[in-house]
Amino acid sequence: MATTLRPATSTSTAGPARGRGKRHSPYPGWFYLPAAVVYGVLFLVPTFASFYFALTRWTIFDSEFIGLANFVQFFQEPALVKGFTNTFVYAVVTSGAKVVLGLGLGMLLTSQIVGRGYLRAVVFFPVLVSSVGVGITFQVLMHPSRGAINSALGVFGIDGPGWLVDPQLALLSVALVDVWKGVGLATLIYMAGIVSIPKEYYEAAKVDGAGSWTLFRNVIFPLSWPATSTVITLSLIGGLRSFDLIWAMTRGGPGFTSDVIASVIYKQYQAGFYGLSTAGNVILFLAVTALVLPLTRFLARKEVEL
Amino acid sequence: MKTTFLRRSAICAALAMLPLSMSGCSAGSLGSSDGSGSSGATEITFLVDNAPSTLLGAEALVEDFNASQDDVEVTVETRPQGGEGDNLVKTRLQTGTMDDVFAYNAGSLFQQIAPEETLTPLTDQPYMEQVDDSFVPQVSAGGEVYGVPYGTAFGGGVLYNKKIYEQLGLEVPKTWAEFIANSEAIEAAGIAPVIQTYQDTWTSQLLVLGDFHNVAAANPSFAEDYTAGEAKYATDPAAIKGFEHTQQIHEQGLQNSDFASAKVEDGIRMLLDGTGAQYPMLSSMVATAMSIAPDKIDDIGFFALPGDDPATYGLTAWFPGGVYVPKSTTGDEFEAANQFLAYLATPTACDILTETTVPTGPYLIEGCELPEDVPQVTKDVSAYFENDQQSPALEYLSPIKGPALEQILVEVGSGIRPAQEAAELYDQDVEKQARQLGLEGW
Repeated sequence: MATTLRPATSTSTAGPARGRGKRHSPYPGWFYLPAAVVYGVLFLVPTFASFYFALTRWTIFDSEFIGLANFVQFFQEPALVKGFTNTFVYAVVTSGAKVVLGLGLGMLLTSQIVGRGYLRAVVFFPVLVSSVGVGITFQVLMHPSRGAINSALGVFGIDGPGWLVDPQLALLSVALVDVWKGVGLATLIYMAGIVSIPKEYYEAAKVDGAGSWTLFRNVIFPLSWPATSTVITLSLIGGLRSFDLIWAMTRGGPGFTSDVIASVIYKQYQAGFYGLSTAGNVILFLAVTALVLPLTRFLARKEVEL
Repeated sequence: MKTTFLRRSAICAALAMLPLSMSGCSAGSLGSSDGSGSSGATEITFLVDNAPSTLLGAEALVEDFNASQDDVEVTVETRPQGGEGDNLVKTRLQTGTMDDVFAYNAGSLFQQIAPEETLTPLTDQPYMEQVDDSFVPQVSAGGEVYGVPYGTAFGGGVLYNKKIYEQLGLEVPKTWAEFIANSEAIEAAGIAPVIQTYQDTWTSQLLVLGDFHNVAAANPSFAEDYTAGEAKYATDPAAIKGFEHTQQIHEQGLQNSDFASAKVEDGIRMLLDGTGAQYPMLSSMVATAMSIAPDKIDDIGFFALPGDDPATYGLTAWFPGGVYVPKSTTGDEFEAANQFLAYLATPTACDILTETTVPTGPYLIEGCELPEDVPQVTKDVSAYFENDQQSPALEYLSPIKGPALEQILVEVGSGIRPAQEAAELYDQDVEKQARQLGLEGW
């Protein structure tokens, strides 16, 4: 409880103190309150409560303190190793593909081509569609015998695979759809990055006789590095906590072959292991933080060095 | 001054809300009318799951009940099915916001909603005498009875196409070896012998869960030992059979070719149009067959999953769910709820259900009779009950059912994981569930 009270009271006392420093601010610190309450109730309280409930056996009806047993249990979870590997593969594949395709499309859509505005809209459109809707649509399209994709391949005499039901392919199929859905945002970020490169660099490079590869290698790619680091960070975090698309398309199946950490956690919750699934969430939170914090540091340092 | 005061009280109100939202404190019977309405009738709500057949039956029952008297007005509300529905029921019971009357599973799921804390006992109500003795233990906890049955019992076994059996001169198998022999003959005729539909993962469990009659016949104390943590699927020679059968069907190529992508409806369709011959399934799925092709419904029959010993051949039986009254229903609403439950335990209510939905086995209410024109599957299932060749499924004998069984069996049936390893994995899953339930000895 105390944790929630603190932001509210501290903002209220901060009001007059701040008034001394900034004389002319017409807004009192009280204005923070609504936001602080919303943030506290919807984010801070559940977050800290979850650290506690992760240490209990929790049945909704009551909770019993069992120390770290949930964490021990979670690490023994047979699907967990598979889940971690899959999550990692999924995150790397999707964020890698988004960087490559996003950069390519970004350069294409900032150059002088016919129908540029229309193409920009087309590339961005999938971002606007809900993940579950996309998942269900592709589930139909990827059906091994009745789906449009395999029917189209059949016209060319290719016997299409069971995209979502083949244990070897299921995860990659979902990753493919994730890339289709997310590449629009990556393209948008790259377009902003490329457009903001001052014209002088291009002119100087051309004067020096640079071809288009040299131009890309030495001007566009390094100078759009902030865009690359944003895309990597965003899509890696997105990939690590990916859940909606996978759940809509395969539910982690067939068997456990396309399970990721988030779907492993969700299944624990669905089965009524509330304490265990909370422990899983705490672990996921720590894992994402442990991975993303150094990564952003690294990417930011790279930016400065350039 | 005034503004300061207002500001302060606004903050107080905001802060006061925090503990409220944290403790999740309940407001009791939120939204109930407490009999203060202007009309004489007490209004109560009846929560059922949103499966089309459940809803159809519930609405017909409520309509008939409302028309039969003036004191109580029942309205139907729906909830999701499956795990999501379980969570909703638990949450509502815990926060005291449950509907006045609700339908929910009997057996192990019933035990998980903490009946002694959340439900009103109905042991002494006169209508409980109408309830079949076999059903009472499924809705009892701590010596009290909490519900009346809703719908019909059903069996877990094999739905089969009788025409194919006739054409090939096959007979209903009494042992697993005969079942495999039949399947090989069917395969030789170019028909998929065993239908599997892993896109609906739960359907993978039938060869294990529907085999329990045979497990219990071979090892009568299995359920008890299993609950105590002494009997395991991986080590009990009878219990592991279901896993091995699932593996055998895959290894011998007896499945339909699209087993990985097919859903229940696809499976039923295959059975109806004769491209598949045998479908390990719950007999309640006859309702789906009825809605797809009512004219072909009598081509489909049902037999129990055979074990090794023809002498103990019999059916693994599932019980209907129950209708319960939560503790949050009190006063006039409780009287009204009681009146509704008394109505549900009458042959009139059974007849209404028979008219609107397809009965899939016998009713467990005294005086309820199945009409002559029920589907063949229902007749076949009822025969096992009449001949007393049935025993309850494990979920009615033990509160423990591992949640990952369906995924594990999809792996076995798809050739990803061998039976022995899968049974060991399932034992770990069971252990987790037992610990969550706080059972002794785990």
